[in-house]
Amino acid sequence: MRRFQPNEEGYYGLFGGAYIPEMLFPNVEELRLRYQAIVGDAEFQREFETLLRHYVGRPTPLYQATRLSEVHRATIYLKREDLCHTGAHKVNNTIGQILLAKRLGKSKIIAETGAGQHGVATATVCALMGLECTIYMGQLDMERQRPNVERMKILGATVVPATSGNMTLKDATNEAMRHWINHPTDTHYIIGSVVGPHPYPDMVARFQSVISQEIRAQLTEQQGNPFPDYVVACVGGGSNAAGAFYHFLDEPHVHLIGAEAAGHGVESGESAATTALGRPGVLHGSKTLLMQTPDGQVIEPYSISAGLDYPGIGPLHAHLFESGRGQFLNATDEEAMKAGIELARLEGIIPAIETAHALAVLHQLEFSPDDVVVVNLSGRGDKDLETYIRWGRY
Amino acid sequence: MNNRLSQLFKQKTKNVLSIFFTAGFPSVNDTGVIARALEKAGADLIEIGIPFSDPIADGPVIQQSSKQALDQGMNLKLLLEQVKQLRSEVTLPVVLMGYINPILQYGIGNFCRDARAAGVDGVILPDLPLRDYNEHATLFHANDLSVIMLVTPATSDERIRLIDQASSGFLYAVSASSTTGARAGFTAEQEDYFRRLAGLGLRNPVLVGFGISNAATFQSACRYGAGAIVGSAFVSMLRNSTNLESDIITFVKAIRSVS
Ligand SMILES: Cc1ncc(COP(=O)(O)O)c(C=O)c1O
Repeated sequence: MRRFQPNEEGYYGLFGGAYIPEMLFPNVEELRLRYQAIVGDAEFQREFETLLRHYVGRPTPLYQATRLSEVHRATIYLKREDLCHTGAHKVNNTIGQILLAKRLGKSKIIAETGAGQHGVATATVCALMGLECTIYMGQLDMERQRPNVERMKILGATVVPATSGNMTLKDATNEAMRHWINHPTDTHYIIGSVVGPHPYPDMVARFQSVISQEIRAQLTEQQGNPFPDYVVACVGGGSNAAGAFYHFLDEPHVHLIGAEAAGHGVESGESAATTALGRPGVLHGSKTLLMQTPDGQVIEPYSISAGLDYPGIGPLHAHLFESGRGQFLNATDEEAMKAGIELARLEGIIPAIETAHALAVLHQLEFSPDDVVVVNLSGRGDKDLETYIRWGRY
Repeated sequence: MNNRLSQLFKQKTKNVLSIFFTAGFPSVNDTGVIARALEKAGADLIEIGIPFSDPIADGPVIQQSSKQALDQGMNLKLLLEQVKQLRSEVTLPVVLMGYINPILQYGIGNFCRDARAAGVDGVILPDLPLRDYNEHATLFHANDLSVIMLVTPATSDERIRLIDQASSGFLYAVSASSTTGARAGFTAEQEDYFRRLAGLGLRNPVLVGFGISNAATFQSACRYGAGAIVGSAFVSMLRNSTNLESDIITFVKAIRSVS
């Protein structure tokens, strides 16, 4: 039962741990020692569930997509995380972490963001709780996700451009970690995915696990059986996938499919397909699969979707990949854009471009007609309108 | 252990000056030039940074030097060759400091073997957790490499003792909870922390690092420990230098000058 839970030190098989400089040790150790008791507390759970229900809008629907099902010749359900307040699954985690930060007595919040969804979700909960909020965002991402930058500012957050490296998610994460090193006592760092030093991957996965908890209940209600044959989710760092997989990890008959971004193609040199291109390495505090040069320098990834533009994946996913429990596919920019537009035309839903990668890999899977497939619709496409418009082929 | 580091601290327990610079900066082949000049200038110890693409514990100066070094083709293999070469002239202890990922890719065993063969005396691996270090401890020992670990003002006395036990060569006392970078002076709180360290009766000599930028900060750090480490201030000087050797000699003289 515990095969896919981390051990005491945060290892999922070979991956995970806490590879942090001593300057971060007190913060991370405080979290490690306290998170389970805080999160397990009944009052915490009550507050968390109340906010998810009345503020976020949970449970999100599990919608049987009839016209998409016809195309793929299987029964396809869409888990509508795009209908969460702020437009993506990210808010499940930020609600959990802001409640945690308050119990730790922290008054300031920092976060990194790629697509801006996690930044918006963090700025939102900071406004809700009246905490000061600073968001680090790669300068390139600030340009390609303009509306989200303005949303964060409207919500009262300070957005700081990260100007090192490729100026994307990895660099924003570096800056956030440096900020945390320099402000260790009053600040909580809300990491946006199942990455970072232990206990972040576990903590974020637990907050997102509400997704699969609901899927089980909704499938039971709609088809009399909690188990799908497939769960499909896109993987940037892997938080929406971890949430969608969580309550199926120990059910080997449920296929778990992660969709990574191939960018211009896995072999093009411009890609973010970590399982296809990565080797074990250490970045941002955990040992995981990492895109890197033979000399151990992290490779700057590329994807049309800012939220998948990351050179690693969470240690849980590295373990799912290495152990064979999960299958990881990838989709190019072009395949993802086509799949996003396909969903718009078939179901009247414009997905986030991250999410479109999960829809694209459906075309690579061979279903039998009685298969039940759940696709985690991690976010809506509002933030990506400019990218869709620039793409133009619709 | 009988390496150059332990020799140094046998002979000298006060005012030890350690200088940090990034390998391959300002130019790829400056590593040896800088090391020779430091020996001539009278530094006691040389720390060479292994550049990494994502240096999360570093401030802008060292980040920038690392990026430039990498862009110019610096890598760990080349650095080990450079150390081997500079050993024909440089007798100061040499410590390599770097993030763990490039070393993992090189292979920890290969790294220890090649570092020793090149004449490296110790390593500082800030993001290698104690747990993992203990796993590899015998490799470092077998290759006569000191492993120098960091403590900060937020490290508890109990944990300082644990880290002191696992460390050899010296203990690296980070002066503040911060990333690397130069500072003009120390606060009363920082001085309290230096005093606390001095009072713990640790088995390793203590060098203070982060924020040492001039004679004043060097002297106040030396008041409580065996010496101090200058990093960002030195790297900034290198960036603007037009004559490495003479500028390095001037820099070291200024740090050592008694006010
Ligand atoms: C809609 C959406 N889906 C997916 C992701 C990728 O993150 P993760 O893999 O952690 O779910 C993002 C990240 O910004 C996102 O905005």
